[in-house]
Amino acid sequence: MAASTPAIHTVDLSKRFGKTVALAGLTMTVPRGEIFGFLGPNGAGKTTSVKLLLGLLRPTSGEAWLLGERIGDLNTRRRIGYLPELFRYQGWLDAREVLALHCELAPLPRSTWKDEIRAALDTVGLSDRADDRVSTFSKGMQQRLGLAAALLGKPELVFLDEPTSALDPIGRHDVREIIRGLSARGTAVFLNSHLLSEVEQVCDRVAVVDHGRVIASGTMDELLSGTAVRVRVSGLDKQARGKLAGFGPLDDEGDHLTFTKLDIERVPELVSTIVALGGRIYEVAPRHQTLEDRFLQLLHEEA
Amino acid sequence: MPPILVFARLTVQEASRRRLLLALLVLTLLVVGFSGWGFHKITTVTRTDGSVLPPDQVTLITSQLLIVVTFMYSGVLALSAAVVAGPLISSEVESGLLLSMLARPVRRSEVVIGKWLGLAVLVTIYAAGSAFLELTAVNIATGYLPPHPIELVLFVAAEGLTLLSLGLVLSTRLSGITGGVIALVAWLMAWIAGVVGDIGAGLQNQALQNVGTISHLLLPTDGLWRGAVYSLEPAAMITLFRAAGSAGRSASANPFFEANGPPLTYVGWVVGWIVVVLALTIYSFRRREI
Repeated sequence: MAASTPAIHTVDLSKRFGKTVALAGLTMTVPRGEIFGFLGPNGAGKTTSVKLLLGLLRPTSGEAWLLGERIGDLNTRRRIGYLPELFRYQGWLDAREVLALHCELAPLPRSTWKDEIRAALDTVGLSDRADDRVSTFSKGMQQRLGLAAALLGKPELVFLDEPTSALDPIGRHDVREIIRGLSARGTAVFLNSHLLSEVEQVCDRVAVVDHGRVIASGTMDELLSGTAVRVRVSGLDKQARGKLAGFGPLDDEGDHLTFTKLDIERVPELVSTIVALGGRIYEVAPRHQTLEDRFLQLLHEEA
Repeated sequence: MPPILVFARLTVQEASRRRLLLALLVLTLLVVGFSGWGFHKITTVTRTDGSVLPPDQVTLITSQLLIVVTFMYSGVLALSAAVVAGPLISSEVESGLLLSMLARPVRRSEVVIGKWLGLAVLVTIYAAGSAFLELTAVNIATGYLPPHPIELVLFVAAEGLTLLSLGLVLSTRLSGITGGVIALVAWLMAWIAGVVGDIGAGLQNQALQNVGTISHLLLPTDGLWRGAVYSLEPAAMITLFRAAGSAGRSASANPFFEANGPPLTYVGWVVGWIVVVLALTIYSFRRREI
């Protein structure tokens, strides 16, 4: 299939488990080479979406294509890499053997295994532990190993489901670099995450999913066009805070109130209202919306 | 290497790396050593007049004792097959181990058949290896060799294959512990149902006889065990029991005696049973959402 087809295309993809709707009509397109962030709170349907696309779950309705072929096509899986959220590898094998196993299942020509494995281990920083049993690895190292397995064979599309959940800040930085490297060589990356700063730093486009529905999607610029205002304040009781609802969605962190979408022109009005309610203001800081602001705003609007 | 063989190799490799094979080998060598010593003692038993037992009597006692020892081996094999097969798929689904492998161009049928094949190789090797060691020890200790050693290995291995097939099909839907326990209880129930059937034959009670027949069809482990017993019995022993007349009837309620080997049609039934259960396993695993 020509590389002009999108990496992922879904139409009304839905999944129910009994009466529970895990995914309700997902329609989206991820072009080749794009880093696509799939955001949502726990239980929103992110992992279900990935499993549906990979054929590990059967959709209740709807259709989807990966790299131009219908989901479930065995040959297409040769061109796909996957790091599951629940990552676990054979503890009784060493890292090199786990990767050789994945080379065998991929399947890659045996003559390429050595170079593929060396490159993947180098990329994730596990070269010095290549011959150690996986059972001796920390969770972070196992996640790196999973990432290495997902990179084998230079896939055209990589699914990363919470790829940094077990990693320290250095590991997270490394993963961001790996993701950028994948995109630079034309690999599309589907990044499932609830770590918003991570998504904000690497993704070209994002979709926010909640209760199985996409509630917003677009490029970062499209999504983060608004302004947020953070106020440090004291002397406002719960009732007084309730009277600030007219200023839009509010992230209440005690002394810090963040109005996640508020036009900068309304800041003087906000300040005078807080003062009138008996609040004492120490700091008012308008800023461009972060992904977290936007995410909280969207979930607030959904609620 | 085709995916089926990759999964078969992985299963064998896991048993080896987790030292299951080593543990079974050491335990088997211990049993062979102790039982060999015990069998040797039969040849040194003296009667009240101080003479040793005649060869015919040594053969008779040895063959009876060997059946009991073989029952232990078949029990170990059945237990191991059930315990290993019970969590073979379920634990890998629950832990996430299968996720990244199933996202490769691999059919679920290949996973099932590969795992079954790997375990089948282990079961067969254990049945053949333990039989070879035990029969060699008995032969050295007493000079006795049962009449059908190859059939013995085949029947004991088939019993293990039957139970591993049952464990594997349960493993596609139930947790490892539940599947393993069900397989074990089913094995014991089938054995008891076989004894009930024999009692029915002795009492000429059709209903009780049906219990044995139906259990032999539903789970053929006891039917296969009877085949193993038959292949261990010297002709003299069968003649002796048959000659016992009415006493022979009561002997038929003895789970350690079998007057007739299983017919070829029953062997065909067992092969069909395993194929059907394997097909069910594939169907169940393909329908399972992971």
